Amino acid sequence: MQKRLVLDQKQISIILDRFCYQLIENHDDFDNTVLLGLQPRGVMVLDRLEKRLEEISGVKVPSGYLDATFHRDDFRRRNIPLKANETKIDFLIENKNVVLVDDVLFKGRSARAAMDAMIAFGRPRKVELMVLIDRKYTRDYPIKPDYCGREVNTLESQYVSVEWALNGFEKDAIWITEKEVKS
Amino acid sequence: MQQLSTKHLLGIKGLNEQDIQLIFETADNFKEVINRPIKKVPSLRDITIANVFFENSTRTRLSFELAEKRLSADVINFSSSNSSVKKGETLVDTVNNILSMKVDMVVMRHSSPGAPHFLSQNIDANIVNAGDGTHEHPTQALLDAFSIREKLGDVAGKKVAIIGDILHSRVALSNIFCLQKLGAEVMVCGPITLLPKYISSLGVKVELDVKKALEWCDVANVLRIQLERQQIKYFPSLREYSLYYGVDKKLLDQLNKEIVIMHPGPINRGVELNSDVADSEHSIILNQVENGVAVRMAVLYLLAGVK
Repeated sequence: MQKRLVLDQKQISIILDRFCYQLIENHDDFDNTVLLGLQPRGVMVLDRLEKRLEEISGVKVPSGYLDATFHRDDFRRRNIPLKANETKIDFLIENKNVVLVDDVLFKGRSARAAMDAMIAFGRPRKVELMVLIDRKYTRDYPIKPDYCGREVNTLESQYVSVEWALNGFEKDAIWITEKEVKS
Repeated sequence: MQQLSTKHLLGIKGLNEQDIQLIFETADNFKEVINRPIKKVPSLRDITIANVFFENSTRTRLSFELAEKRLSADVINFSSSNSSVKKGETLVDTVNNILSMKVDMVVMRHSSPGAPHFLSQNIDANIVNAGDGTHEHPTQALLDAFSIREKLGDVAGKKVAIIGDILHSRVALSNIFCLQKLGAEVMVCGPITLLPKYISSLGVKVELDVKKALEWCDVANVLRIQLERQQIKYFPSLREYSLYYGVDKKLLDQLNKEIVIMHPGPINRGVELNSDVADSEHSIILNQVENGVAVRMAVLYLLAGVK
């Protein structure tokens, strides 16, 4: 199985720092800003980002976890139903600047579903999308990230796997891997 | 596990423990949904569900209807009281006519035990049993166990006493199956005339003294006396039943512990349960009602995903 390293631990750390400074530039004192990590894998990025942002700016930005399973457009088109994850948002997003955080942007369907799910918590003033990896040329919906760690050219036959040291992997790393072809 | 092992929810007997846990985990997510400012999700927007009720119901039908609407399904309602059933139409013909209108799921209540099982063998839609005679009421059992899990953290190892009219209750039977599958100990308690002869063969304890049952249990699930199903007199009077089997605050105060009080509703206040208990902090009756919507959303969502 072919496997190509896209980002190593140090690069991920640098990107998260860059995200923090970009957010500080765009959101000043975060007076009216909230962060939402998209379940399941965006919450890992959010947790790291939130911690680093507090270290750099001294501000604790309100954040939550958003699950979009029930808002996806492919229910009953899959062989088995998608299992939902926890949504944990203890604030309203009415008139807030919302930053949606995910690990990989692929077809844009998850991000679309997330925006649909997000609206159940109020009408935001502005929504931005932050991703570690933007898989170019694979979009089904016209969605583009506002904050992007790395753009990569990928094929449908590949997938991007994100490994976090906190999840039992040796180091943080992002790989591009060929999907196994079932014979 | 992400998928139910069955296409229909006909009874708790047809589910395994993994199915029940999957329903609970999904219901946890839907409970969060129904507490959002906007309580609706589009999961079942391409699904049409028929609520076919051959027997009267208020809360179960409302709960199913709300669950369906919160999932964005299209809903049609049918009740036999003003339908062609009165003209002699058969069950299969009635349901097939409804299905010809491109219905995907049928939620059915019927006074005959086994009616949804019969239907599931003759039609091609997902069937959810909303109560079949004195046989099973699976979604009630699921929401009851879900409510116990929510209140006490787990169902396994808990002692649950089902008190009241066991003979005529579909809730009792489904509860016994569900609680046992989840590892709880179950006791039934009521007048000997309202306990089925076979009941001890289901592996439950049998108690005739309500005070002893309350002393034993962590949870008391008090059932309604179903006068409408009783063809003969099973006890001398409601007043006497209330004296011997009614649960009131005085009785609970005699216990050296706190127990959780449940009731599937509707309550005959002053008969099986006094208001000083039904409205007390020990009671989770209204939580059961709220959980009913979340559990039914989970069941419908998961069944709709089974091809």
